[in-house]
Amino acid sequence: MNSIATLLALSCLFLLGSSRLMLAINMIAFQGFLIGILPLVSGHGFSFEVIILAATGIIMKSIALPQMLKKALEKSGTKREVEPYISFGASILSGIILLFISGWIASRLTQDETIVSSSLIAGFFLLFTGLFTIITRKKALTQALGFLVLENGVYTAGLSLGSEFSFMVELGILLDVFVGIFLMGIMLFHIDKEFDHIDTDRFDALSDLELLNGNILNLDQDTDEEEGAE
Amino acid sequence: MNASSIIFIFVSLLAGPILPGLINKTKALFGGRQGPRVLQLYYDIFKLARKTPTYSETASALTRIAPVVIALSSITALTLVPSFFNDSVIHFTGDIILMAYLLGLGRFFMVTAALDRGSAFEGMGASREVLYSALAEPSFFAGLLIMIYETNSLELSEIFSKLSLNFWQENPAILFLILCSWFVILLVENARIPIDDPNTHLELTMIHEVMILDYSAKDLALIEYASALKLWIYSALIVGMLINGEIITNMALQIAIFTLGMAIVAFVIGTIESITARIKLVFIPKFIVGSGALAIIALILKVAGN
Repeated sequence: MNSIATLLALSCLFLLGSSRLMLAINMIAFQGFLIGILPLVSGHGFSFEVIILAATGIIMKSIALPQMLKKALEKSGTKREVEPYISFGASILSGIILLFISGWIASRLTQDETIVSSSLIAGFFLLFTGLFTIITRKKALTQALGFLVLENGVYTAGLSLGSEFSFMVELGILLDVFVGIFLMGIMLFHIDKEFDHIDTDRFDALSDLELLNGNILNLDQDTDEEEGAE
Repeated sequence: MNASSIIFIFVSLLAGPILPGLINKTKALFGGRQGPRVLQLYYDIFKLARKTPTYSETASALTRIAPVVIALSSITALTLVPSFFNDSVIHFTGDIILMAYLLGLGRFFMVTAALDRGSAFEGMGASREVLYSALAEPSFFAGLLIMIYETNSLELSEIFSKLSLNFWQENPAILFLILCSWFVILLVENARIPIDDPNTHLELTMIHEVMILDYSAKDLALIEYASALKLWIYSALIVGMLINGEIITNMALQIAIFTLGMAIVAFVIGTIESITARIKLVFIPKFIVGSGALAIIALILKVAGN
């Protein structure tokens, strides 16, 4: 349990520090696997429901969703996140601060003995990392990844709170996420087809005024080819 | 202070220069070469020790003092590090801080002496050395803090003897994280690939080598010896952290396991040097900070997770 929490935190750090989208997706798959086996080791026993939840979790989060995202990545032709609002080095430092905050929150919450605090910390950290990724990254694909991390965080925190966990609700959420990412994948594809890039930062330049001013030229230059930070 | 630890300190002082030899042998093995002898560094040191040093005209007394201070600080630091699963020769509360900063003192003299000679390249190397070691320091202490927190002790010998298997079994990932970050520190502090290449003599990329360019003969011998001891200290820390020698009661077995552990560390360093290229100079700080982040994550999860 502790090790899983540590590995989850580690995968978040990789997500924050890497510009390669493929690595980020692989990290998400790894995270999905860890999240999947979490119900098995969190002391709920090996009932039928727990096993179903773990199996669906692993299949969806570490196989189905990463495959879909990889397909979207291939179609968009992007390889790396270029110039996020907060650089990768600073992101790692922010990640450490976020981990501090999660640790603080978890230590405030864990008056009850039934709460497993290390995975609660990991849960909060995943949640914050997800939000951080959504806010600071420009590519729509990375933002979708952030959303997935966020959801993983909610799931982990929920599991570690130790209360009677409701199997149906968790499965329902899983389905929601699946559909959400599915839609995002389709939208990514369409955005990419329309604008030749999935950089959300450049959407606000898209107005008739800009077109008249001839700023459309800026849109045509594909900056994806630029060498970004490693 | 007991008799065996005094014997072991002498053994460590004598055996120090074997480690770089082992690393070079491993590299030769990977390259399919015969490679220099394992004891090559001893030959080098003896050869250098017989010669008379020459000094640059701009060099002040600092350049002459520095090698002695560097060597002495490494030797003193070695007396504070437990080797062969024995208590260190000198141990007291807080000796760990003294050990870290004795090595820091050696580095300070190395850097100021490099600046003293007024060479532009040496100044560049000095600036890099200071930057990287400043970045590596927090992760070293973060790793230490975890062990201090676990064993509730500030004494290096006590920390290592108290670290039990239970601690690591409870959360093996923490062990892994500390190991990774400390190994990176070992590479940084001892100027190994992928941070620095001990064999390179290209002015623009040297770090450690550039600072000792002007040293010759006896002084160079002292510095080479001090570097070998430094490698020994960091390897001993890693081996001591990984293996709890207190479980092993047989002294012969303790010696055998420790020696094997050191050899494995040297082999791993050699392997890393053989299979990786140097990191681009501008990415080194990120690499070091990243490894420090691992230690800090482990620290937070350890402290907040209990």
